[in-house]
Amino acid sequence: MAIVAKPSKFAKYGRPTLAWVVGLLFFFPIFWMVVTSFKTDADAVKPEHLIWFTPTLENYLNMTENYDYWRFAGNSVITAVFATVFTLFVGIPCAYAMAFNPSRATKDVLMWMLSTKMLPAAAVLYPMTFITKSAGLFDTHFLIIMVLSLINMPIVIWMLFTYFKEIPKDIIEAGQMDGVSTWGEIKEILIPLAWGGIASTALLCFIFCWNEAYWTVRLTTTDAATLSKLIEGNRAPEGLFFGRLSAVSAAAVGPIVVLGWFCQKQLVQGLTFGAVK
Amino acid sequence: MGRIQLKSVTKSFGDIQVIPPLDLTIEDGEFAVFVGPSGCGKSTLLRMIAGLEDLTSGDIEIDGEIATEVPPAQRGLAMVFQSYALYPHMTVRKNIGFPLRMAKMAQAEIDQRVETAAKSLNLMDYLDRKPADLSGGQRQRVAIGRAIVREPAAFLFDEPLSNLDAALRVGMRLEIGELHERLKTTMIYVTHDQVEAMTMANKIVVLRAGVIEQVGSPLELYHKPRNEFVAGFIGSPKMNLVKGSEAEKHEAATIGIRPEHTDVSMTDGAWKGRVGVAEHLGSDTFIHVHDTGLADMLTVRVNGDISVKHGDTIYLTPQADQIHKFDAQGMRI
Ligand SMILES: Nc1ncnc2c1ncn2[C@@H]1O[C@H](COP(=O)(O)OP(=O)(O)OP(=O)(O)O)[C@@H](O)[C@H]1O
Ligand SMILES: [Mg+2]
Repeated sequence: MAIVAKPSKFAKYGRPTLAWVVGLLFFFPIFWMVVTSFKTDADAVKPEHLIWFTPTLENYLNMTENYDYWRFAGNSVITAVFATVFTLFVGIPCAYAMAFNPSRATKDVLMWMLSTKMLPAAAVLYPMTFITKSAGLFDTHFLIIMVLSLINMPIVIWMLFTYFKEIPKDIIEAGQMDGVSTWGEIKEILIPLAWGGIASTALLCFIFCWNEAYWTVRLTTTDAATLSKLIEGNRAPEGLFFGRLSAVSAAAVGPIVVLGWFCQKQLVQGLTFGAVK
Repeated sequence: MGRIQLKSVTKSFGDIQVIPPLDLTIEDGEFAVFVGPSGCGKSTLLRMIAGLEDLTSGDIEIDGEIATEVPPAQRGLAMVFQSYALYPHMTVRKNIGFPLRMAKMAQAEIDQRVETAAKSLNLMDYLDRKPADLSGGQRQRVAIGRAIVREPAAFLFDEPLSNLDAALRVGMRLEIGELHERLKTTMIYVTHDQVEAMTMANKIVVLRAGVIEQVGSPLELYHKPRNEFVAGFIGSPKMNLVKGSEAEKHEAATIGIRPEHTDVSMTDGAWKGRVGVAEHLGSDTFIHVHDTGLADMLTVRVNGDISVKHGDTIYLTPQADQIHKFDAQGMRI
């Protein structure tokens, strides 16, 4: 008999169990939110209706009739899409330059970019509000797209930088010998080779943009208001409308959950790329 | 055309100067080989010629025109990398045609040139495969194909064969040699391998720490090494270097004698020693001789059929006309 490594008990039973527990734990709030969204506001807070209740679509109908869900959703789509495109448009050349033509400052620049994430958003709330108002940008799509791009730029550049680092420098140099322009290098070599990484970065950036609430809530009123603002608006102080709130939230996260579901393979692959290779 | 001239070229990485001022001319059609110990700056020099590395000072001229500031693609040189550096997302056909596509050549002409190159490199059956599905030798042939379709002024090779196994290396060496015969294009070739350097080169450039120790044809370097370093570097097994009274007899600080220029006898001769290891290669035998009182070890190369074993007493006699003499500075006398 050859001696072969045997999986430990933990690997065989413990790990899957743990995975299921963690998975369900994360899934539960979403599940509960969806369940609650089918209850009336009255039912939602009654313990006797915790599990048994009469489902109703009232909350959803109310939402589209009274709140113009589609306008908020449209704004979310527009701002998240344009912000993601813009972030990549700036981020890819930036990460490319740092990965393949590093200078002494590259490491510091990377750290500096990350350090901007350490600034508490609340610290710049007032300046931002005043500046955008006096510049006439308050509550515009342009402003929200810029804000979303800039807050996600550091993490996007970091991720892209790590993916680009995986590409052998020789291949880029072969491209230079073969006569590609800088833009050609990005288009013909870099993007096809780092496609998986770029796609998962884009996806993550899109999710962050979609869910961003701090700025979208504070820098918009109506014109550029996103789904975050819609949820916020339903947090009425005079009472707890859990049913309504849940419906709005479910409708807000719905699209992104569906998107995430279809792209999960891509996401996992992209995010573990460095580890596997 | 492909005459390449380096004029007082230097290169520093940060504060460290890896290439002190260096002059070198490679004539059109020459096969020049750079050899030297690891880290001596061979790749750096080649990459400077290619334009992938900036010069710290000095100039590079290609066909009489200063090319120092010219970007790599415009220099008309093609490079073959040790790692092949093929584009993994493109088929062999696309890989070979890539430089032509970048030159905005018509598709029909690209196809035709790719076919011609593929035929000459035996790649016709693999044109639609991706590099990942090729063997090392095939990949290197694709890399060479990508270089030849451009009809460059010169080819630059950086240890192109060192990732291949020994048998394949011999085959590819001959192929590159034939390519040079056929195209008559200047080639600059970096290698660690003695045999590659000796067999392929018209001109060998021996480098040490960024300094050119000697430039010459393979046989010039073999017969007339300019100094001890070149003497020890060219030739395999290495030349034996002997100092002390034995050297003084020849009015030199050091004498050198190649393993193949030493006669061996079991009964008498000039130097007595004891056999350490005898390496039987079949055609030849390398005998490592200890306890001669001249050097730690002397190596001799003799006929394959000799029967000696560990511990035997052995007598060595250097062939008088094959002794190399060096002065105290290590320079040839
Ligand atoms: N990008 C770099 N930054 C700093 N030092 C470098 C860089 N590239 C090369 N060097 C140094 O320059 C010297 C020459 O390197 P080079 O790669 O040219 O050597 P080589 O002769 O090609 O060696 P090998 O035979 O091992 O390939 C080495 O000491 C190396 O450490
Ligand atoms: Mg090298």
